[in-house]
Amino acid sequence: MNDNLFIVVFAAAIYYGTPLVYAALGEILAERSGVINLGVEGMMLLGAVGACWVATSIDGPAGLVLPIAVIAAMLFAAGGALIHAFLTITLRVNQIISGLALTIFAGVAGVSSYLAGLWDLGQSPVANQFGRMDLFGWGDLPVLGPILFNQTLLTYISWLLVVLTSIYIFRTRWGLQLRAVGESPQTADSVGVAVQRSRYLHVLAGGAFAGIAGACFSLSILPTWQNGMTLGQGWIALALVIFGFWRPDLMLVGAYLFGGLSSLRYTLQARGVEIPQLFLDSLPYVMTIVVLVVVSNSAARRQLGAPAALGKPYEREER
Amino acid sequence: MSETSVAGAVTANAVTALGVTKRFPGVVANEDVTFEVRVGEVHALLGENGAGKTTLSNILTGLYRPDEGHLLLADRETIFESPKAAIDAGIGMVHQHFRLIPTFTVTENIILGTQPPSRRFLLDTKSAEDRIVELAEQFAMPVDPRARVWQLSVGEQQRVEILKVLYRDAQVLIMDEPTAVLTPPEAESLVTTLRSMARQGRSVIFISHKLGEVASIADRITVLRDGRSVATVEAQGSSRESLAELMVGREVTSVIRQGVGALPGAATVLTVDSLSALGDRGRPALTDVSLQVKAGEILGIAGVAGNGQRELVEVLAGLRPRTSGSIDIDGEAMERTDARHPIRMGVAYVPQDRLGTGLAPDLSIAENLILKRYRRPPISRAPFLRPSVIASEADRLMTQFDVRAPSAETPTRRLSGGNVQKVLLAREMSGAPKVLVVSSPTQGLDVGAVATVHQLLLDAAAKGVGVLLVSEDLDEVMALSDRIAVMYEGKVLACMEAAEADISRIGMLMGGADLDEGQGS
Repeated sequence: MNDNLFIVVFAAAIYYGTPLVYAALGEILAERSGVINLGVEGMMLLGAVGACWVATSIDGPAGLVLPIAVIAAMLFAAGGALIHAFLTITLRVNQIISGLALTIFAGVAGVSSYLAGLWDLGQSPVANQFGRMDLFGWGDLPVLGPILFNQTLLTYISWLLVVLTSIYIFRTRWGLQLRAVGESPQTADSVGVAVQRSRYLHVLAGGAFAGIAGACFSLSILPTWQNGMTLGQGWIALALVIFGFWRPDLMLVGAYLFGGLSSLRYTLQARGVEIPQLFLDSLPYVMTIVVLVVVSNSAARRQLGAPAALGKPYEREER
Repeated sequence: MSETSVAGAVTANAVTALGVTKRFPGVVANEDVTFEVRVGEVHALLGENGAGKTTLSNILTGLYRPDEGHLLLADRETIFESPKAAIDAGIGMVHQHFRLIPTFTVTENIILGTQPPSRRFLLDTKSAEDRIVELAEQFAMPVDPRARVWQLSVGEQQRVEILKVLYRDAQVLIMDEPTAVLTPPEAESLVTTLRSMARQGRSVIFISHKLGEVASIADRITVLRDGRSVATVEAQGSSRESLAELMVGREVTSVIRQGVGALPGAATVLTVDSLSALGDRGRPALTDVSLQVKAGEILGIAGVAGNGQRELVEVLAGLRPRTSGSIDIDGEAMERTDARHPIRMGVAYVPQDRLGTGLAPDLSIAENLILKRYRRPPISRAPFLRPSVIASEADRLMTQFDVRAPSAETPTRRLSGGNVQKVLLAREMSGAPKVLVVSSPTQGLDVGAVATVHQLLLDAAAKGVGVLLVSEDLDEVMALSDRIAVMYEGKVLACMEAAEADISRIGMLMGGADLDEGQGS
């Protein structure tokens, strides 16, 4: 059963799509508050290095080490997000420039690689990893079992978070305030919503989510440290936010589509399908460029439902 | 409209201001302002721009704190620390520019920022909707709570703003120039709503600079002039003339066109045929517009802002490309889209944004006056400007157009609105145009300057210039025009002789309804 190509591709799509789900979910929160954070890639690397450091340096049962490693990942990445939040929300620096700077600062030639070198990471796979986990014993179900219920705990948690985030954004008072801040901070401010606080919180939450995305790589997919190990997936996550119209549920579909594309090189290669390696490797990035080109027109973005105040700093009128 | 206040509540005051003074560096915005708003009263604050209305409303809503004086709410002394405190105390404000989120539903906009009484976690939109419908019925403001705000007309959006205030249980509603954006029928239904609020024991503070409307809407009127409260009068029995005198401090005569019109046999100087153009967002903003203006005639364009008037004047001034159609100036076709071409052909243009588009604010009056003629003699000779000619030309125009300024070297940004407009008109008329396109020429001007500008426009027409007057002020269009065209959603719905125009038909047309087809909007 597990040998069925169809099942293998779908299971791999979910497995490789999971970090994309976390990263894009976090970016949805930040962008819904009106802040674009192009530092996703850098924050993922910070999360990956933080998780790898904890998993390498702490000995203990998986049940103890892995949660600490994930929390470390969230804190590391949120630290990167805090820089972006301070620059863009308090100092009103251009969000695009600040986000790019964050990715460069934290990226391949930056802090994440420096820390990994300092802590001597990447020599061997981490001892405690997120392995496959048979959820509720449903892993034996035909077709659905191997696709849905033989994933890692990180995947199961991501599903829960997608549902909770959807409810939060669309069904709660705080979600209403979040959307108001992203659509029209002036209006939100005039009815007593704390605009700056909301933006800080959601940019930080977005960073923490990107950290978990990084942990998916260093605790499960690779699972060790490699410089630049996230392979540009942070950029794909940014495209997914748009692809999913800033909605968690639609984004999930997109994430698994791109996860599937990313995994093709492993699944097809293993079966000896003759498709040039470079073509497969470039597929998700080509798709990302296509998505970004289509929506780069600001009129199109408005129609897709982008928050109206996205990218615009807010300053209260003092007259 | 002349219902009296709720019996027995006549003496109670909802809001009292006593000697309120607010200073800004170098300016006293409010000085010793005293008035009281009774419970169940519609109270107008009438004043010209700069009379201190905005500062006063900012004090009432907690944005500013007064330097001196007292504010009493229901006869208890109050100082608002923040806008939130004012809202909590029951004072709500509807701004001229709405604070609404277009992509949200009516309900979402209204409940934003409120603390729900029940259910901690999830939004309870159902009970909010019920309450909104209830309030809407109570105050005669039908609105669909599930509609998205972008789908609503401006009048409906204003209702949402009012409901937002009522939902927070405000007892005092402050409205800043609420009729500026409304069509006449919408304004009438607003009055009905405000009346019913007053009847039910709430108070309305109605800020306006329009004499006619405050006299018909308000119970009492407090007139502000130069930051001071000059008088509080009963609306009944106050004439427009007496209010205008209080507002300006001297007698004012308003200009009314005496049906002069184009002379028989006058040439057509502007012919616009099937003109179409796109708006800023790439959507059609003008569709198939055809107009004609004869020499010596004033054609008024009425319409609510944003129905294609701006795009029309920009196309005529060569600032916006057209997608189809033709423009003829005195029989000569205007071919190219660039700003210099229409100037050469004899089109003068007074834009709505006087200091941004019309003049260079940091340049002197003299420099601004020659901006359209400096390329040719006598202003310049070869590549050089001729300062002596420029100076004498400036003196001549400043005298002719009665521009009041310390000297011709004063930067135009230092001038009052009325003088800015006079400089602009002087420059445009000095080019001996065939067509004069003016957009909202008196917006934001004080009563005296309005009369001067109106006279200048009539003078231009008397000299044989064809004037295209675009204005959102319907009274202005009615007073000055020989013919009136109404624009709605980029189309000219009707064009009629001013003598035959009646305000209710124009009002319906401004809302998109054509009486000939018997359709309401």
